[in-house]
Formats: sequence, structure tokens, C-alpha cells
Amino acid sequence: MNGDVVIDVQGLTKSFDGRVVVRDLSMQVKRGQIYGFLGPNGSGKTTTIRMLCGLLTPDSGHGTCLGYDIITQSVLIKRRVGYMTQRFSLWQDLSIRENLEFVARVYGLDKAKERVRTAIERLGLKGREEQLAGNLSGGWKQRLALGACTLPEPELLLLDEPTAGVDPKARREFWTEIHHLAADGLTVLVSTHYMDEAERCHEIAYIAYGRLLAQGTVDEVVAAAHLTTWTVSGEDLNELSEQLEKLPGIDMVAPFGTSLHVSGRDAEKLNRAIEPFRKDKRWRWKPDEATLEDVFIDLMSHAEDNF
Amino acid sequence: MFGRVSAMFVKELLQLQRDRITFATMIAIPLIQLLLFGFAINTEPRNLPTAVLMQEDSDLGRSILSGLRNTAYFDVRRVAHSEAEVDHMLKSGDVLFVVEIPAGFARAVRRGETPALLVIADASDPVATGSALGALETAVTMALLRDRGLPAVVEGTKLFEVLQHRRYNPEGSTQLNIVPGLLGTILTMTMLIFTALSVTREIERGTMESLLSMPIRPVEIMLGKIAPYVVVGFLQALLILVAGVFIFDVPVIGNIWLLALLTTLFITVNLSIGYTFSTLAGNQLQAIQMTFMFFLPNILLSGFMFPFAGMPRWAQWIGEALPVTHYLRIVRGILLKGATLSDLGIEALALFGLMLVAMTIAVTRFRQTLD
Repeated sequence: MNGDVVIDVQGLTKSFDGRVVVRDLSMQVKRGQIYGFLGPNGSGKTTTIRMLCGLLTPDSGHGTCLGYDIITQSVLIKRRVGYMTQRFSLWQDLSIRENLEFVARVYGLDKAKERVRTAIERLGLKGREEQLAGNLSGGWKQRLALGACTLPEPELLLLDEPTAGVDPKARREFWTEIHHLAADGLTVLVSTHYMDEAERCHEIAYIAYGRLLAQGTVDEVVAAAHLTTWTVSGEDLNELSEQLEKLPGIDMVAPFGTSLHVSGRDAEKLNRAIEPFRKDKRWRWKPDEATLEDVFIDLMSHAEDNF
Repeated sequence: MFGRVSAMFVKELLQLQRDRITFATMIAIPLIQLLLFGFAINTEPRNLPTAVLMQEDSDLGRSILSGLRNTAYFDVRRVAHSEAEVDHMLKSGDVLFVVEIPAGFARAVRRGETPALLVIADASDPVATGSALGALETAVTMALLRDRGLPAVVEGTKLFEVLQHRRYNPEGSTQLNIVPGLLGTILTMTMLIFTALSVTREIERGTMESLLSMPIRPVEIMLGKIAPYVVVGFLQALLILVAGVFIFDVPVIGNIWLLALLTTLFITVNLSIGYTFSTLAGNQLQAIQMTFMFFLPNILLSGFMFPFAGMPRWAQWIGEALPVTHYLRIVRGILLKGATLSDLGIEALALFGLMLVAMTIAVTRFRQTLD
């Protein structure tokens, strides 16, 4: 096995009741990377993460996680992986300290009490350790959950939409922490819906309807999409948007505040399509770089087409 | 207002229809239980397990034996030749009756001396033995008259006398039977409920996902979840027992430590069964329903409310599969009869076996993944 590849899976497929949720998914994640996992709701992100840590058995496909087989050696994987579930899943009727001590003891950590005390301090939860987990606000619950899954000093963190429903400040602090952990050599796979979070990742993968559609650094993914984008500002943008959407060569029209993003995969066709509108005095046209969001929305509409 | 009530009504119906197991239990279970208990329960027991202690080998003795065999009340399983054998059979609950034909009985009958025929009844379950005692005298007299052509009985005289000995509960007090029985049934109910919810609760609260992602094995989860309730159950048993002794004057004839040991085993069996339900049920409601479905035969087919010996053979087999059946024999045996481990070995083994079966099912059925 290549010592630098932490996750290496090929052809993972999983279906529930005949509905394919993950289809022929292959991916590789290198050590020390923050790997963003993006995709719309129900695209198979959670299912993929669960297959990686042994909570689900793939119907077909194979691979390794930390060098252990994901199908036959999930017990060994569990010991070395920290998994943070999408929904808070620690015990609401236990206190912060009790939750952490339980985790420490299940993982068989030495000096459990001492480790828990350090963890509480590091998480900034000192003074509230006797508070019941169920009474914490969303941001603190998330912090506790992260504390619990980093407590056993895992080599790989699997975070399933860790920042859903968390305020921007807590979100930023969370990402600072993730970067600290990655700097210490921890590999992090994190699923998210937020574009700003995707841009904080070393590499990203985009998954929609069970298929992996794009993979690489943010720049690589944007470049690979070959999107030509124009930004339009001016009056009556709604009217313009409706007219543009119907034209051939225009693959995506999306409002951004007081302007409109118009993109197409074929630059020539796009330019031909918008030509008549560029003469209109009401609108100002400006060539622009495609954003990650443009790329994702474009990818998503195509994935749907395939079904 | 009607609109809102009907909205709620439709929503509940839809949810009920989604939960197939609940729906099935509502239809099938009442029917099964009606048939099961309707045929199984018989308050006037027949075929009571009986032993005959032959102190002499005579033609009259053999007549009595066949006479007893011909009645529906008695099922003569053993012919014993010593007091010690009989004691063991009664203590272990193998037989409820012993008919003793004393030495010189045949000669005394022929001489018209009206000798005594000794009947020892296990009165720890007074209901079971009460009506059969009455039938005994008639059955034996008929047998002797028919087989041996003895002189017809003159009005007001008898060939022999029946000397009854109600062992273990000479006054026929039902409380001596009921209180130990309650110990078993109350423990069954509370222990089942404790663990029946333990796994489904983790699933419903979403904490199962955390638990499954941690390096802990199903058997470790099970043992860790059962252990605290063994202590709780033990305290509960102690409370019932102390109350039984001081309020209902239940005697403690046997070894209290043996009782403590076997009670702990019984508590663990029930906790394991509850835990098994928890791994089989999809939600807490189903777990509760399974518990009740299991609990009813524990009361009706275990010998707690109705005499075990009075049930048909198939119902007795169901009863043997219930832990409380064995525990009732243990509790009544130790408290009322002073039974020892050698008398109760089979019951203890049965409990141990049931525990292993329940735990094995629980561990194999425990879903280690979210598939």
C-alpha cells in the first residue's frame, strides 16, 4: 500500500430497497489532506462516509481505509477513525465530561480522566463540563462532537456536514481547528454544502445522485468544467434571465445579488447567444471567472439529465 | 374541531399502517392467545404426577397401583421403595402425590381392620392437589372391590382409611403458594421492561450510530447494558422476599444463599430475553408489545395462576420453555420444601440454558451496521 494514501476505494456501490444511492464510486485521499465532499442532498455523501468506516457494507466494490480492508477489517478501522455524525449522536442525558469519559473508556485510552480534562480545556468547555449535552446550543454540541471524535487521537476524521445549522463565527473557528488538526498530520474528509468551506479544502470531490462527477483542487475542478461566464448588471434582470434560459448555448443563468451569472460550456455558442442582448443599453456585460458554485450547479443539472 | 380530529385520525391510521409488526400483532396475537390459553388452562387438574411407595409387595398393592393408573386424576410415574426416594421426588417437584402402601396393609384389609393408607400431597400448590385428594379414596376402593372380590362394604364401614398428609403447607394457605409465585412474575415483568427498550432507545435517539462507529463489540454492549439491572433486580427480589416473610409469613426453610444465587441467574435470564426483544424490535412500541406477548404465557402457563400438572402436554412443553416456570419450582422448593441444589439441578440448568439461548440470539441478531 502507498503510505501516503489514506483512503483508496474502487467501484463502491450501495443501494437501499433497489434504489442505487452510491454508484461505482472510486476515490483516493492523501495523508494530511483536508478533503471536501460536496453534493446536493441525497447524493450519497453520508452513505459513502458510512461505508468508509464500516457502518454500511457496500454491495460491490472494494478498497482500503488507513491500509485496512473496509469490508473485512472494519473493527481495526473504527479504532483509528473519528466519525462525526450528521445528527448529534452523543448521549443527551449525559454531561459533557461523562460523554467524553465514556468515549475514552470504550477506546481503552490510558489516563482517561486526564485526557478528558485536557480535551475539555482545549475545546473551551471548561466550567461547563457538568452541563448535560442535550442542553447545549448547536455550536457547542458540534464542538463537543468534534472533541469526542478527536479524543482517541484518530489518524482520519470523517465529518458528515459538521457545520450544518452552526453560526458563521462558530463555523470559522471550527475550520481553524480542522486546519490545525490537518497540520498535525491528521487526514480529514468533510462533507458540506457550503461553497466557502469547499474553498478551504485542499482537494474536493463532487458527488451527485450517487456518482462522483469531479475531483481535484478547487482550481482544477473549475478549470475542468470549461465554463465561460459573464456577469450582467443593470435593470430588469428577471426578464433577461427568463429570456436567456431558453437559448441554446446558455447552460446556466443564476442571480447573484444585483447581478446575473450567465455560463455556457461552449464559449462560441454562448457568445453568439448573448450577442443581441449585449447591444441593449439596459445591461452591462462583463466577462468573469466561473465560480465553484457555477460549476457545481452546472454539474448537478447534467447529472439530473442522465437519469 | 371535527376537521382537526379527523386529520389526526387519518394521520394515526397512516402511521399505524406503516408499522407492519404492530398491525400484525393487533390481529394475530389476540386470536393465538385465546386459542392457546383457552385449551391449555384447566382449573381442575388431571394427570397429577404421582408416586406409589410400596412398603409391601402384595396383590392388593398391585390392584391399588392399577386402580390409580386407571383414573384421570393420577399419573403414576414412579414406584418407590424408600422414604428417601420419595422425599427427593417431592422436593424437586417431580411428583405432587405419594400414595404409601404400608407394610401389612393387605393382611389388615382382609381382616377388616381398616388400616391406614398414607397419602402425602405437595400442598405448596393447594389448588392442584385439593380436588384430587377427594377422588383418591373412591378410586382405591373401587379397585379393591373389583379386582379382589372383597366383601361388600357394609354401610358406614370402610375397607381402609386415608391418612392425608399435606406437606409443605399443612394449612393449605394460598398465600404460601402465591407470594413466591409473585416473586417470579414481578421480577419477570420488571426485568423484561428494563432491557427491552435498551437497544431500541439508542436507535430512536440516534446514539446507535455513535456506538456502532466505536470499537466495541455487540457482546460487550449487551453485558454492559444488562449488568446494572442485575443489581436492581436483586434489590427488588430482596424487597419482595422480606415483605413476604414479614407480612405473609412465608417460611424460609431452605438455604437462602442458594435462593440468592438462583434468583440472580433468573434475573439475568429475563434481562437477556428483554435484551433479545430489543435487538429484534424496530422501535420501542414493538419492544413493549413483544414483552407483553411474552409476559402473558409466563403468568398463565407457568404454574403461577393455574396448576402446571393440569395443562395438556403441549402446553406443558411451552411452559418448560419459560424461565418463570423453572424459577417457581426453585422458589417454592427452597422456601417451602427446603430443597437443595441436588433437588433443583435440572431447573437451574434449564435457566442457564435459556440464558445462553437468549444471549446467543441477541448477539447474532444485533445489527452491527446500519444496513
